[in-house]
Amino acid sequence: MGKLLAALIAVITIVSTAIFVRHTWWMPPDISVHGAGIDHQLGETMLSAGLLFVVSQLVLAFFIWRFADRGDARPIKTFPGGVTPMVVGALVLVGAEVLALTFVGTKVWAGIYQAPPNPNALHIDVQAEQFAFYFRYAGVDGKFGGTHPNLIDDGNGNFFGLDPANDTSARDDIVAASLVIPANQPILLTMHAKDVGHAFYVPELRIQQDFVPGLDIPLQFTATKTGKYEIVCTQLCGLGHYNMRAYLEVKAPDDFAQWLKDQAAQQ
Amino acid sequence: MTQHVATPAAAPHHAPPQTFLRKYVFSVDHKVIGKQYLGLALVAVCTGMFLSWLMRLHLAYPEIAIPGLSRLSPNGAPGGVMTPEYYLSLMTMHGTIMVFFVLTTAPFAGFGNFALPLQVGAEDMAFPRINMMSFWVTFVAFVVLIAAFFIPDGPPLSGWTAYAPLSAVGKDAGPGQGGGQTLWAVSIALFCVGQLLGALNFITTTLDLRTKGMSLARLPYATWAWFITSVIGLIAFSVLLPACILLILDRVAGTSFFIPAGLVISDRLQPHSGGSPLLWQHLFWFFGHPEVYIAILPGFGIISQVLPAFARKPLLGPRVFIACLAAIGLLSYTVWGHHMFLSGMNPFSATLFSVPTLIITIPATIVTLLWIGTVYGAKLRFTTAALFCLGFASVFVSGGISGFFLAQPSIDVYLHGTYFVVAHFHFVMGVAAMFGIFAGTYYWFPKMFGRMMNETLGKVHFVLTFIGVYCIFMPMHYLGLHGDVRRYSAFTDEYMKGDMPLHRFITVAALFTGAVQLIFFVNLIYSRFKGPKATDNPWQSTTLEWATTSPPPFDNFGGHPPVVYRGPNDYGTPSAAGDYTPQTTP
Repeated sequence: MGKLLAALIAVITIVSTAIFVRHTWWMPPDISVHGAGIDHQLGETMLSAGLLFVVSQLVLAFFIWRFADRGDARPIKTFPGGVTPMVVGALVLVGAEVLALTFVGTKVWAGIYQAPPNPNALHIDVQAEQFAFYFRYAGVDGKFGGTHPNLIDDGNGNFFGLDPANDTSARDDIVAASLVIPANQPILLTMHAKDVGHAFYVPELRIQQDFVPGLDIPLQFTATKTGKYEIVCTQLCGLGHYNMRAYLEVKAPDDFAQWLKDQAAQQ
Repeated sequence: MTQHVATPAAAPHHAPPQTFLRKYVFSVDHKVIGKQYLGLALVAVCTGMFLSWLMRLHLAYPEIAIPGLSRLSPNGAPGGVMTPEYYLSLMTMHGTIMVFFVLTTAPFAGFGNFALPLQVGAEDMAFPRINMMSFWVTFVAFVVLIAAFFIPDGPPLSGWTAYAPLSAVGKDAGPGQGGGQTLWAVSIALFCVGQLLGALNFITTTLDLRTKGMSLARLPYATWAWFITSVIGLIAFSVLLPACILLILDRVAGTSFFIPAGLVISDRLQPHSGGSPLLWQHLFWFFGHPEVYIAILPGFGIISQVLPAFARKPLLGPRVFIACLAAIGLLSYTVWGHHMFLSGMNPFSATLFSVPTLIITIPATIVTLLWIGTVYGAKLRFTTAALFCLGFASVFVSGGISGFFLAQPSIDVYLHGTYFVVAHFHFVMGVAAMFGIFAGTYYWFPKMFGRMMNETLGKVHFVLTFIGVYCIFMPMHYLGLHGDVRRYSAFTDEYMKGDMPLHRFITVAALFTGAVQLIFFVNLIYSRFKGPKATDNPWQSTTLEWATTSPPPFDNFGGHPPVVYRGPNDYGTPSAAGDYTPQTTP
């Protein structure tokens, strides 16, 4: 019985590790400036944690295989050196790993979430609601109009609660259902939720952030590859949660400028 | 260490029960209450597992009509095909039932109630009536939760975490946000009361009712684990209880603890202002993360007591083990924010929560190494209980490893909200805790019912379950790495559609593993009535519960409280009893 369990543990360990190593299922290619740091951090963690996983499972399996009760008079053996070297070893090894991961990882995190707003960033206002995202560009005046929850009316397309009748800066605001951005330009989103909590997740962009009702949350990133990607909601928001999507379209700067002009003409 | 001495001649707590009702239903006997908790957990785990089957079927085959489901919920599954909102309801109920009514009740309240007073040499818990109340309040909490399936508003769907404002604003937020969500909050509030009463009892009993010679240093490791778990629970549930009351007030009394101003839901400007959705998240996770340890520490204790009995070897580093438990208990209150890295709280605090989360892996790693070190040089007897202990070590390693990833905010950016998280917590607190429950069941069954379980059925059950859980949860890591989002009722359009074959594989594995549990139920029922009679100490264990009859009499030791002369770790050295020395041997 012990040998069966030992073999099972060994086989499970080797097969599941091989699937990780072969990248059979893996992250989609990164399209962001900051993503390389995340991928590197994940790779380092995969290596160190993976080693710990493989070694501890295989040692466990070996001991199970080796130390069955065979009904003989063989005395038990204590672990070589006793408990102290084991505890010290674990403290040093895992402690060092924790420190290393924290130092490098904190830098990656801070680079995304604690960086000061880039003065060249394109500002886009995002509103999440059950079960859609809307994106607002400031228009030619470069200013966003004020928002008024009591004016929100999805029926006539006033998703943000703008007041163009009295608010001149709101008149040229451009509202779109897709997030269209120029490649290689820093983007600064300001995220609000209209009703309940939602989240913004683009796996290729290596970015994720919750929308919290009552808060305006900033999020910065720079996309590097043109293309069309999906934005998905990852915060449970109600019955349509699984269907809450929008597209992220990364365009060449000229294409983006043209798109913005076309949108302005349509509004 | 102080040494508490109970008076052996002390009058019994209460007279033996005379009526059926007092003996089996409203019993004050800790052993009966322990079995009641385990029975409740058994009903709950069957319900929770059935719900996961329905969910897995729907995920793999979104168009499938499940026979009979439309009868259970005509609105939720018209024609047997699940609606997205019904999927979320099943998921919410699955999580709530499993976390609260299985993983808290069975390893902690169930086995703890049965074995803790026996292990310290007491006649009963310190407060037997409060103990009875603890169970019945928990039972009512379960009934209230299940009632949500049968009300017109339908069961809640905002997840076991019930994030506000979705959970707080009421019917405007869509289906499942009516009476069902209120019942959820009432149920969890009641559950907190039940567990607070239980925790008080465990702490008092451990500190005050130890028999002569049972110093703290001589306490069995399972009792240490239940004791530390009680302390964690006492603090954790006292935070969740008021949080639930505030949630109920937001829902029914028009307050705004968790609801900010200016929300427009279902085209209606909500009449609330001033609340904070993040407040709910902080209160919930201040409970929620310690809850993970409430679910798993009793498993640590059970493994550390059961493994040496079948390794015929003392646990390696018992004092280190207890120090690690205490460290985990303490650190468990400093890590809750790792659930909220991306919640919009100040990003500076991410590092603050990340560091203790990574540090807590150190005592957890040491505990695992202690088990592996205990196996070294042992004379392993591969009983079913031993197999589940060894399996526990394996699945706990698998679940713990993914913690290294999720503890880091910079990686959480990508993996948060994906199946990687689902894999992590199912391995580490679902499967590992279940293995602890199985180890406890196969180990203590003879003491509970005076009969042995069938070992052949037990081993088949173990092997198939072990393979099954790896086939279910290991692939979820791959899904998560690929970007598959959790809590989606279907992947029907382009997004992640390519992963459907993996989803189907997981579904088949889940159905298989669930079906394998029938072997356990057959074994349980058959052995309860037809199993061979158990001796007092069938496993040749050292602790006090094996020093009395199987099953023990009403007052545990027949009016003769045992006297303790040694710790629980005397395995592997020859003595009059064999290769071990019971705690009662001078």
